[in-house]
Amino acid sequence: MAYNKRFDGRKFDELREMEAKVGIIKRANGSAMFRIGKTIALAAVYGPRYASRDVYSRVMKSPNHGVLRCNYNMMAFSGSGDRVRPGPSRRSKELSLVIEKALTPLVNLEEFPGSVIDVFIELPQTDSGTRCAGIVAASMALADAGIKMKDLVTSVAVGKIGDKIVVDVNKEEEDYEDGMADIAIAMSTETGEITLLQNDGILKKEDLIEALNAAKKGCLEIKKLQIKALKECYK
Amino acid sequence: MGELKVNDKEIVVPGQVLATGMDYLPSGDVFRDNDKLIASRIGLINISGRVIKLIPLRGIYSPKRDDIVIGKVVDTTLHGWRVDIGLAYEGNISLRDGSSDYIETSELSKYYAVGDYVVAQITKVIGAKIVDLTMKNPGLRKLGPGRLMRVTSVKVPRIVGKQGSMISMIKDATDCKISVGQNGLVWISGLEPKNEEKAVKAIELIERESHTSGLTERVKEFLEKK
Amino acid sequence: MTDIIKEHAISLFSKNTREDGRKLDEYRKDFKIELGVSSKSAEGSARVTLGETIVIAGVKLEVTEPFPDTPDAGAFIVNVELLPLSSPDFESGPPSINSIELSRVTDRVLRESEFIDFKKLCLKKGEKVWMILIDIYPINNAGNLFDVAYIAALAALKDAKFPKLDKENKIDYSEHTKTGLPLSKDFPMSCTVLKSKNFIYIDPTDKEEEIADARLTIGLTSHDEICALQKGGEAGLTIHEIDKMVSLAITKTKELRKLIK
Repeated sequence: MAYNKRFDGRKFDELREMEAKVGIIKRANGSAMFRIGKTIALAAVYGPRYASRDVYSRVMKSPNHGVLRCNYNMMAFSGSGDRVRPGPSRRSKELSLVIEKALTPLVNLEEFPGSVIDVFIELPQTDSGTRCAGIVAASMALADAGIKMKDLVTSVAVGKIGDKIVVDVNKEEEDYEDGMADIAIAMSTETGEITLLQNDGILKKEDLIEALNAAKKGCLEIKKLQIKALKECYK
Repeated sequence: MGELKVNDKEIVVPGQVLATGMDYLPSGDVFRDNDKLIASRIGLINISGRVIKLIPLRGIYSPKRDDIVIGKVVDTTLHGWRVDIGLAYEGNISLRDGSSDYIETSELSKYYAVGDYVVAQITKVIGAKIVDLTMKNPGLRKLGPGRLMRVTSVKVPRIVGKQGSMISMIKDATDCKISVGQNGLVWISGLEPKNEEKAVKAIELIERESHTSGLTERVKEFLEKK
Repeated sequence: MTDIIKEHAISLFSKNTREDGRKLDEYRKDFKIELGVSSKSAEGSARVTLGETIVIAGVKLEVTEPFPDTPDAGAFIVNVELLPLSSPDFESGPPSINSIELSRVTDRVLRESEFIDFKKLCLKKGEKVWMILIDIYPINNAGNLFDVAYIAALAALKDAKFPKLDKENKIDYSEHTKTGLPLSKDFPMSCTVLKSKNFIYIDPTDKEEEIADARLTIGLTSHDEICALQKGGEAGLTIHEIDKMVSLAITKTKELRKLIK
């Protein structure tokens, strides 16, 4: 079944409306908000700081470099249907892990051996692309905290619907009745390294490569917004 | 051969390419990746000849020998005092570095008690976490009642100014005693709360606009306002 | 244990001033209530800013069986989660005792004042009622979460609209009706008063909370009747102090009510 027009009328490579702001949580070392469509992500960075008991053993295992830890959470009223029961779920734990792995390769961990950088991501409202929005916000928050990095990390979800590759999938597309492939990607546009890659759905290899290239273009756009938001504080 | 991609005094973000080619040299928080010079932190660019340096605008404190820091005494031990200078560093003042007096282990609290704030100097940084401090140099002392303010540690040089010129200007104009720790803590004590507030606002002004020029003039103007 | 910070704060209090220049009975200047901040997902939501403290609250509505002892009434649950995002002092993990206290105190102010008409939440006696779920999250903790969390809950309740129900009383969350919750015109307010040495003050910053000896959260109806009380902190309070604190709360909530309207 051909997908000729996106549900919300966007072009196939068009992102939803976005908004980014840095420094919104004053008690944190760094913070940011990123909104894409109806998905809103808040991120706060604390650290480098003492490792609390639950992460102590991880920190001790790697004496030459620090540890970046991520906690992803959706607020109870953030979903489009029922209330989300508070507390970590298997899904949120998995997302915390993959987001941590998406950010870590770009952070200079050797600068803070024996310490932890805590990244907290909270979503007050969700409409698909939450892990990507979380990564975009977290990346700005890390920069705002003055953490040394090789590059900002940027992220977007790409989909294969029918015969089309679409950039920035929304909830309607995610729920497409005839099936679709939902690919989440995070990358450093500077080094070209992809640090998060997940897929749900059936995909040919050629489609994947096309999707990755489409994602890169989308990421470049998002990165521009990240840079603008970071520099905004210094006007 | 090489191309400069930024201007002097420009604000840059992590991952931003500052120059290509091999003509320019990196310094501070600038690193080289093959033929590109890249910023690793959010900061202000300073170009001096062929050297591109980045002055960070954000970031937590990184202890260095000879830094003056403000810390809180959190424990007395057989060997001296443990001092919290923020974040993940463990500060220690040995008995010998606490004072020129001979101190009995039972008398430690007479000198510095748990809860006291001190202005100390770093003598040694061991590994990534342990910091040795002394109280024996001129100007180092226990602090009396005052208010504590947090500032971004990388902005402390701007707050202090060349040879202390900026902080002296604020002290004189507000008639306050002020101690600035390189670790981002500022202690202020004045006769009148209004004076202290003015000092706080002046320091906040410097923090906000540390990346701009003409700052000294603006701070002076602010201090002269009634 | 010496405490130069507390000593200095007390000396400021003795001059009826604080580090930010406020008097002891003044609220912080920046007070903002924004409604519908999560309107695409929550049935009601609000973000409240007081000084640098920011709290978000959201209301979700569910259809459930009533509690056996109140077959013709709906119910509500309040949940405050002290997010580690909002302060270096909060840790990840199961609800801390402080978040439980905050949840229960906020609940008490709303419940005891009879602000919500639970009977109007009944759909079918003994079978189906509306359940109101209020979730409150601090975003930046710069002090006074007790009061700001309460105001956020209040605002989210006021913002809430029922979702559409089909014939079998199944909820269609994608469509909201124009009907708000059955709330009384008169709303309760919360005011938390702190004591340090012999000085009492309201709307503390996070630093000012650290030097407090005791605190008293007072829930008041619009007729200045006490509907909830919660004392916290290590030190005790004399009757005289409690009298002063409640009087202060009555005066100050009047002020806040005007601002909220």
